[in-house]
Amino acid sequence: MNFWLLSPELSVCGIALAVILLDLVIQQKKLLAGLSIAALAIPIAFTIVLWGEQQTSFNGMLVVDNFSLFFKFLILGITALVIVSSVDYVSKFARFQGEYYALVLFSAVGLMLMASTGELISIYVALELSSISLYALVAFLKDKKSSEAGLKYMILGAISSAVLLFGMAFVFGLTGTTQLDQIVDKVSGLVSGGQLWDSPALLLGIILMVAGFGFKIASVPFQMWVPDVYEGAPTPITAYLSVASKAAGFAVILRVFYTAFGIPLLSENWGMIFAVLGALSMTLGNVVAIAQTNIKRMLAYSSIANAGYLMVGLAAVSSLGRSGVLFFLASYALANLGAFIAIIAISNKTGSDEIADYSGMARRTPALALILTICLVSLIGIPPTGGFIAKFYIFNAAIQHDLLWLVIIAVLNSVISAYYYLRVVKVMYTGEAASEEAVPSSIPLRAALTITSLGVLLLGIYPWVVLRLAEAAVVMFSP
Amino acid sequence: MDFPYLSVILFLPTIGAILLVLFAKQPRTVKLTAAIFSFIPFALSVALFVMFDRSGGLQFVEQAQWISSINAKYHLGVDGLSLPMVILTTFLGFVAVFVSWKINLRTKEYFAWLLILETGILGVFMSLDLLLFFLFWEVELIPMYMLISIWGTPPPLGRKEYSAIKFVIYTLFGSAFMLAGILTLYYSTPAPHTFSMVDIASGTMQLMPVIPLASIFFLIFIAFAIKLPVFPLHTWLPDAHTDAPTAVSVILAGVLLKMGAYGMIRLVAGFGGGGLVPGVAQHYAGIMVVFAVISVLYGAAATLRQTDLKRLIAYSSVSHMGFVLLGIFALKQLSLTGATLQMFSHGLITGLLFAMVGLVYDKTHQRQIPMLGGLARQMPVIAVVFSIAGLAALGLPTTIGFIAEFTVFVGSFGTAAFAASQTYVVLAVFGIVLGAGYILWMLERVFYREPKEQYNGVGDADNREKAYIFAFVVLIMLFGIYPRLLLDVIGPVFHSFG
Repeated sequence: MNFWLLSPELSVCGIALAVILLDLVIQQKKLLAGLSIAALAIPIAFTIVLWGEQQTSFNGMLVVDNFSLFFKFLILGITALVIVSSVDYVSKFARFQGEYYALVLFSAVGLMLMASTGELISIYVALELSSISLYALVAFLKDKKSSEAGLKYMILGAISSAVLLFGMAFVFGLTGTTQLDQIVDKVSGLVSGGQLWDSPALLLGIILMVAGFGFKIASVPFQMWVPDVYEGAPTPITAYLSVASKAAGFAVILRVFYTAFGIPLLSENWGMIFAVLGALSMTLGNVVAIAQTNIKRMLAYSSIANAGYLMVGLAAVSSLGRSGVLFFLASYALANLGAFIAIIAISNKTGSDEIADYSGMARRTPALALILTICLVSLIGIPPTGGFIAKFYIFNAAIQHDLLWLVIIAVLNSVISAYYYLRVVKVMYTGEAASEEAVPSSIPLRAALTITSLGVLLLGIYPWVVLRLAEAAVVMFSP
Repeated sequence: MDFPYLSVILFLPTIGAILLVLFAKQPRTVKLTAAIFSFIPFALSVALFVMFDRSGGLQFVEQAQWISSINAKYHLGVDGLSLPMVILTTFLGFVAVFVSWKINLRTKEYFAWLLILETGILGVFMSLDLLLFFLFWEVELIPMYMLISIWGTPPPLGRKEYSAIKFVIYTLFGSAFMLAGILTLYYSTPAPHTFSMVDIASGTMQLMPVIPLASIFFLIFIAFAIKLPVFPLHTWLPDAHTDAPTAVSVILAGVLLKMGAYGMIRLVAGFGGGGLVPGVAQHYAGIMVVFAVISVLYGAAATLRQTDLKRLIAYSSVSHMGFVLLGIFALKQLSLTGATLQMFSHGLITGLLFAMVGLVYDKTHQRQIPMLGGLARQMPVIAVVFSIAGLAALGLPTTIGFIAEFTVFVGSFGTAAFAASQTYVVLAVFGIVLGAGYILWMLERVFYREPKEQYNGVGDADNREKAYIFAFVVLIMLFGIYPRLLLDVIGPVFHSFG
């Protein structure tokens, strides 16, 4: 029982509880946001100090290694940026501002634990902790769209949890354990005949788990909830869903599949599952995104497409593929957060998320338009942005794994995506402005935008630092 | 370590762009900053030309680690092929600032994008690492998209936004395949794999491809073929060239197309040895030359039919770049040298032609040839320089156009790379005849008929305009009369082709 290993999660829990308590006495709600951001420095510091640890505790439920710490750092960073970008947005709510921040923090704890457990039940509990907080957050606007989104997310989320649990039950039934590192020993016995079909039940279990996790990462065919939820949810929560939730989902997938099902015979099979799902996700996401007129919906489909690119990294079962996924998640988080924060700033003024209303933004707010452009360019994957290196790295891994067909599908998809991302740029730069009124952005938003856009460029020009961290994080997995 | 000339040339324009965005307030300061930050790279590249060791080889090489895990390096250098391209780029980049002097719409953004564009193009010519090459290849897209879609020709005369996105999609489509090709090539090299163009092209490396070498070759080739452009992948070109603002057309035709030609030469001939994907070009030279001749003849025929002055010049590029393709796949020292000369010559001549079209349009606000006429009376200087540029384009001796085309033809005539080379060369020469047709006919219709009254009183070129158009003329004549200046640099690169 080493509580020191749990310090990042415990401190985030502490902050969340403190926010709820202080909410009772503090009238100036913006102070709550300020306090939580400042306090987030504590778990971030713990995470940095813990870097390099390689320990398990609580009977194998908690695994602290570079892999989990990489994700904890990423999720904490995202959480801080989301809270920063919520400050203005949340002040629109008449009530429950304190709860909003507390819920964001609780779901962050869930996501961090997802990346940090080596045991199926804990994975499930962590996933539920994050999901239940998010169900409430999605419905927080309490208008028609937001309530519908919340309900939809909850029902589909509950079904997917059930499916996941069902899959876990199969695996547990076959192996008699929920510990990932013990599952792998039993699993190799199950398929000793050299064929996955030797154990159809195991195959079913794996497929059901893919379905459960696929919901979390917004992969086809479990993507139905994405557009409505992204459109209806408060925009900072949409940003949070699209990056933090996806990152934790991939963390779990990497951990489960490389630890419990990491033997070559199995990895060939689940690699192919992810290759096919990836190809479908990016194609569906990109093609449907073309038709969108609402920028949040467009980014929802882009999120599905990006899950597809990420799955290319899973399909390329190798060290390069794993570190590529981590780097892609970092770069995607920065670019997508940057884009959403710019959207928040613009909609704070115009009250609209329609792409048509971005007309002439480059004149009304040159800096915001430029930052949104940088982020969108990174999402296309054009240099000198992080998105380019990230895609390059993942495609590199796929070619190494003889997946030329998948890479060609993926690069052609990037071409398609250029069309709809650049449409936003076109509208901003060449459209007529509806009014000449400037679009101001508050200091917290500006700070968040500066961090994300500089981060995107830094990852594109000098990616080596983050790449090395990503490599250090996945080194203990095999093959 | 020696002074990093290439890095300085490469990044000065971008630094200029950042400075002018941050600090320049007045449009005039913006233009002066842009002029300074494009002049210094030009001056430096001329200095490199003087210092360049004529015996050949890669020079001014810079190398640093970039992404160690995949062995990608920051690796720059120039040889006799890339140095002329670098000079051409910095020259046109500098001139483009003056061509754009009258831009008053969102001046700051315009010059910032223009300078960033210059860095992107220079990077392509300097990179010796395939990943770095690919990175710069794509960097150019966003500035180009912005420049065409914001400052291009608006409706009803043009379709700037359509042309801009068409350009981007075509290029991205090509680079999609190129990326796949580069990655397969990377994994074909022995471990530790390398992106180094020099090592791969050295011929000492035993490639172990997982797919046939020819498919790697074509994956990469298609991106260059779109850029060059080769018939039938050329349809983006007339739109983009026509709808771009004048200075951007100058750069597009002047150096952007050369990125395609440059890439092809590296792919086929490397640094004078086997090429990046060795042994493939020889097998397919016979097909390529057919495309070359079709590009020449189709391009010229299409040019004859144009009524928009700018579109006419744009189509002529398709025809002229066909000569480059012919020269490359004839695979002889002389033909490859000719192709490189043709790249340089087309950059100067078509750059000037677009600048002249820009001037004519500036003065008359008219690009439709039937609406123009007799302008030689109203704007004599423009008429004379336009005629010189036109004559250079059709290959009149004493201009670099003649030297370049002549070298391509002599070099390709009787090559063993494909059968019936004489027939193909003769067919291609026929493109020159058509070229004489469309150039002279155009000059006659625009400048030498009865003067039209509505153009009385339109001005001639002013002093700043005279300065840059004369600079073009001087260079066209200088290299036309004394081509050794360039031949000494280019020739040694292709020594081994015989």
